[in-house]
Amino acid sequence: MSVSKEDVRYLANLARLEFTDKEEEKFTNDLSNIVDFANTLSKVDVENVRPTAHILDLQNVLREDIVSESYSREEILKNAPSKQAGCISVPKVME
Amino acid sequence: MELYNLSLNQIAKKIKSKEVTIKEVLDSVYKRIEALDETLGAYITLTKDNAYKKAEYLQEKLDKNEDIGILGGVPIAIKDNICTKDVKTTCASKMLENFVPIYNATVIERLEEQGAIILGKTNMDEFAMGSSTETSYFKKTKNPYDITRVPGGSSGGSATCVSADMAYASLGSDTGGSIRQPASYCGVVGLKPTYGLVSRYGLIAFASSLDQIGPFTKNVEDSAIMLNIIAGNDKMDSTCANTKKEDYTKFLVNDVKGKVVGVPTNFLNEGVSDDVKKAYDEAILTFEKLGAKIKNINLEYAKYSLATYYIIATAEASSNLGRYDGIRYGYRAKDFSDLNDLYTKSRTQGFGDEVKRRIMLGTYVLSAGYYDAYYKRAQQVRTLIIEEFKNAFKSCDVIAIPTAPSTAFKFNEKSKNPIEMYLEDIYTVPVNMAGLPAISIPAGFDKNNMPIGLELIADAFREDKIFNFAYTFEKNTNFNKVKPNI
Repeated sequence: MSVSKEDVRYLANLARLEFTDKEEEKFTNDLSNIVDFANTLSKVDVENVRPTAHILDLQNVLREDIVSESYSREEILKNAPSKQAGCISVPKVME
Repeated sequence: MELYNLSLNQIAKKIKSKEVTIKEVLDSVYKRIEALDETLGAYITLTKDNAYKKAEYLQEKLDKNEDIGILGGVPIAIKDNICTKDVKTTCASKMLENFVPIYNATVIERLEEQGAIILGKTNMDEFAMGSSTETSYFKKTKNPYDITRVPGGSSGGSATCVSADMAYASLGSDTGGSIRQPASYCGVVGLKPTYGLVSRYGLIAFASSLDQIGPFTKNVEDSAIMLNIIAGNDKMDSTCANTKKEDYTKFLVNDVKGKVVGVPTNFLNEGVSDDVKKAYDEAILTFEKLGAKIKNINLEYAKYSLATYYIIATAEASSNLGRYDGIRYGYRAKDFSDLNDLYTKSRTQGFGDEVKRRIMLGTYVLSAGYYDAYYKRAQQVRTLIIEEFKNAFKSCDVIAIPTAPSTAFKFNEKSKNPIEMYLEDIYTVPVNMAGLPAISIPAGFDKNNMPIGLELIADAFREDKIFNFAYTFEKNTNFNKVKPNI
């Protein structure tokens, strides 16, 4: 197994996901298989090959810094799962 | 022949010449949807009220002899990961089940400016992650040629609705083959334009260095018409290239004499079924008979595309999907103990298994200690893939390969083993890796009468060559005239 159960727990925490024991086992297995598959790349000689940063030869795309109309507060809040007094409400962060 | 059977160009002409009213056209297509979609499951949301309102508005304009646009009154469908103002855009995920965008994607603005009417939003794999549309949170979409089989994915709903005449055209998105593979499975034309040709503003991001929007159509001509409308620079998408406006219909020329088709001989045996291989060989023969030159080429690195893809696409997905935290929009868990728990519970309950698998893999390849071994190496292999294609196009006008190694498979046949499912994309993924344009066109049927697709790839921004070859093939074969018996 190229990916261990501990790896899965560690990654799940980084990705803010939670798994049951059974799921943990399944993901350990699935991820191991996929990582083994990805390991075929180790056969490729990549010495002195520049990594691709962007597919198009685009330079910095800039625009004038002009103030313009944006969305209203009401519209922006339309999809918020919980709101209060014109703000998005979240649980208390500081004790 | 019913109205819904016609092509996009045919129906647009009939509307403009006032042979039919827009309402009659809408009635015909919605009747078709009502008759079939309970079985096929192509649509997640129907936008009937809006559609009839727009029909009325456009008809009034037309009756006063005002311009109603290239697609004036033509009903089309949109994949549910493309934002439509005031219309639910779910990405086929519980995470966005109730998400109602407050703006339109640029492609939607452009289609509506040209008078298109949106019929509804189509089913897909959750967050466009999948090759069979089976990972949708809402439902399974069936293949119109055999309802016990998948339509392909991730844009399965968009392929099915065009194949079954439940829309004249549709939009999909293609990150690793999500337009071309379902087009191949459902016997329609699917185009993935060059990276940067079509604005992605309003497309819900999966893997930003690969995602591209493109059309599903009933024939090649309609594909060029759709591309004319959606292509072009957009100030809202800084990854959009600065291309000049092109009329792609002028490349619909039935002649490939003296032009060169590249055949990657060492890349044609990646699990390809006998029927697909036979159809492919016949397609190459067809081009040869039409006077094209066939050139054997060697694609050494293409076979590494899939492994490269699953590193780069998942890495990008894991960061793109970081935004779904239950705070500003999307699903929020009901019970949680603190802020961190809110994030974790919302994401755990809101995402399905395939999405979680890819977020986990992306997190893995980006995490400390693995970055160089996986992510950086993948980007280096990507450079080799890009250079190899560039080199091939020095001597070829297009490269032809099968769109997928097999035809549409049965439900649950490949969902147990993720790798087996991923292998369905072996012939489409290299194109995304290199940002190239490619089309899938109908090119045969297997022993079960399931459609087989032929993929034509061109150099970046050479959609002209794709249309020239695809149109010539279509005009000299009969595969395109076959309709599913449903």
